[in-house]
Amino acid sequence: MQLILESLFNGVAIGSVLLVAALGLAIVFGLMGVINLAHGELMMLGAYSTYITQLIFKQVSFLKPFYDSYVLVAIGIAFLVSGTVGILLERTVIRRLYGSPLETLLATWGVSLILQQFVRSVPLAYASGLVIALFFGLFTPLLISDDLLHGAKGKLIRACTWGFSALLGVATGGVLSSLVSKLSRASARNVDVTAPSWMRGGIDFVGITFPKTRLLIILITLISVLVVIFFLDKTAWGMRIRAVTQNRSMSDCLGISTETVDIITFGIGSGLAGVAGVAVSLLGSVGPNVGGNYIVGCFMVVVLGGVGNLLGTILASFSIGIMTDLIGAGRLLTIWPDMPSPLYSTIDFFATTSMARVMIFALIVIFLQFKPTGMFPQKGRMVES
Amino acid sequence: MSIFSTKKSWINLTIWVLLIALIIAAPSVLPVFRLNLLGRYLSLAIVALGVDLIWGFTGMLSLGQGIFFALGGYCAAMFLQLNSAGEFPNGIPEFFGLYGVEKLPFFWEPFKSSIFTLLSIWLIPAIIAGLLGYLVFRNRIKGVYFSILTQAALLVFFNFFNGQQKLINGTNGLKTDVTQLFGQMVGSEIMQRWFFWISAVLVILAWFFARWIVRDRFGNILIGIRDDEARVRFTGYNPVIFKTIIFSIAGGLAGISGALYTVQSGIVSPQFMTVPFSIEMVVWVAVGGRGTLLGAILGAVLINYAKSLVSEALPASWMFIQGGLFILVVTALPEGVLGWIRKDGPKKLLFLLGINKKLETYPSLEVNEQGEVKS
Repeated sequence: MQLILESLFNGVAIGSVLLVAALGLAIVFGLMGVINLAHGELMMLGAYSTYITQLIFKQVSFLKPFYDSYVLVAIGIAFLVSGTVGILLERTVIRRLYGSPLETLLATWGVSLILQQFVRSVPLAYASGLVIALFFGLFTPLLISDDLLHGAKGKLIRACTWGFSALLGVATGGVLSSLVSKLSRASARNVDVTAPSWMRGGIDFVGITFPKTRLLIILITLISVLVVIFFLDKTAWGMRIRAVTQNRSMSDCLGISTETVDIITFGIGSGLAGVAGVAVSLLGSVGPNVGGNYIVGCFMVVVLGGVGNLLGTILASFSIGIMTDLIGAGRLLTIWPDMPSPLYSTIDFFATTSMARVMIFALIVIFLQFKPTGMFPQKGRMVES
Repeated sequence: MSIFSTKKSWINLTIWVLLIALIIAAPSVLPVFRLNLLGRYLSLAIVALGVDLIWGFTGMLSLGQGIFFALGGYCAAMFLQLNSAGEFPNGIPEFFGLYGVEKLPFFWEPFKSSIFTLLSIWLIPAIIAGLLGYLVFRNRIKGVYFSILTQAALLVFFNFFNGQQKLINGTNGLKTDVTQLFGQMVGSEIMQRWFFWISAVLVILAWFFARWIVRDRFGNILIGIRDDEARVRFTGYNPVIFKTIIFSIAGGLAGISGALYTVQSGIVSPQFMTVPFSIEMVVWVAVGGRGTLLGAILGAVLINYAKSLVSEALPASWMFIQGGLFILVVTALPEGVLGWIRKDGPKKLLFLLGINKKLETYPSLEVNEQGEVKS
């Protein structure tokens, strides 16, 4: 019983990282039919944001008393950072490739290469300055009234906001690099995020120790999922997103601005990748390649779960997580020690983390033989979907 | 009717003359190191041809060609290792000793035969590609789903080969440059020159083979599947069979390519199955021109040469250049360089820059020698 509970907990913990990462990917894929290969790198940006936030809280004197709560602040910052970069990506690249998913796949891969090299060869202080400049450049126009923006001096006003944002960015870069010496040099080395004291250790319950970081990650995932469900189901923009997901041209005809819907969805999807990055940074060290370790798992979740259905994404993440733990940690053998010997030796052969992936992939391919469009396929009568 | 009457053929002819001149001149002009690099890139052109067949002509973007590439490489390396294993204890390759393995794993046995190896280099990847392809295509999994699944398959194979030290030396891979073939070291200069020639000849043969495939009705069906698969199915063809066959052919080509690349680079390791390498293969084709077989060869050779030159000069900047190339070719040059040239791209560019004036005011008709309008 204890074993099963422990296994279940581990599986859910693995699955919840997958879930929060795959959630953004699945929403964007459902809406735009676009697989974002740079999703892993957006996670990486989220993880680096956590690292930078932590350093700032450590170094800046008036933030020091609040050091213990930096993780919570980092979640918000990571969401904004990844969301901003995601919106920029949508506006500059993906927009041009609408309707050709395979080309988008290649272009986003190019973006991911650039992002990886970017964090290697640009000092993090100036990288954050750039993100801040982008953030204000993209979002200040929203605060200015439409009349002004489209009026006679609209172009001038836009130019002014960008100039102001650029100045702000340079200032941030300068201040950060002088305050925190670790951020002023470019480095390709992995960095570590240390959890604050209240997150170390574990909670004992019915004889099992639950690590607090894992519990926090599960909590983050739970909140993210609830917020996303609330947003999609209860808000006006959520309704528009669902409408565009179901039928883009009809929504367009009915006056929904599909362009805005695309931007919002991509922003939220990317922001969720940032939140996943926070979770990832708590689990291990952060490097330019950190996203690559999770991204294929996320793709599997999307394939297994089906498009445009959050329940599918949730179930798929947890089943992959639990399977990974059951097979990879060899727990199946401890739970059921007297299984027939050929089965025993087979499962023993797959009882490492990397071999468990082999097994899970095989299982997914077998599953797709029966349900080619995932657990919850979209209903429709079209030949091509 | 001359085959050089159209503009397309003239461009092709020019490129062929340049390519063959390069191949003939290279061994006497280039130092061995550069020649070896060129030979490697020519062998990569073969896998690019396969990618072009499945992506450029059939519209399936596989991100897992590295699997078949590496399998071909492993087949060649296993044979070479066994061929020169006589002097080691138990008569098995040296690395087995490190893991305390005394008996040759069963699947190594057939690789003692050179004929089996020559067959297996392309047959094993082709069979595995066919099997995987059939299971996927049967369920009408296509588009982005197919791409993701191939990428996942790639990672699975990578994990498998990376983890199995006792079977195939895991992450260290199999070395070939110190093995013996025909009484010569595989890494020696003479052998490397030979491998260069073999690669050059095989690239040309592979091109003829690929062209033979895409020219006939078979090729038309492939293009039909790319443009509208449902319509092909409604017309009475079964796309699954055609897709499986072409995927399997591309796998076979990847295997040959991998074997040639292995003997020229001196090692085969799970690194051949990393995700970036397989996506790079796609970008060679994209840059050269998808749907143009010559473009795949050109793209593979030129981009790899550019990569080695840039990486020597400015190691950090290649990732930026490559990333930019991905975005640029997809957004600005969807037809690739060769497609762009064929569609009068240079003329249009000159026109845009104001150097060349547009003269034709109405479309001209192509006429043959008798003055009849061609249909």
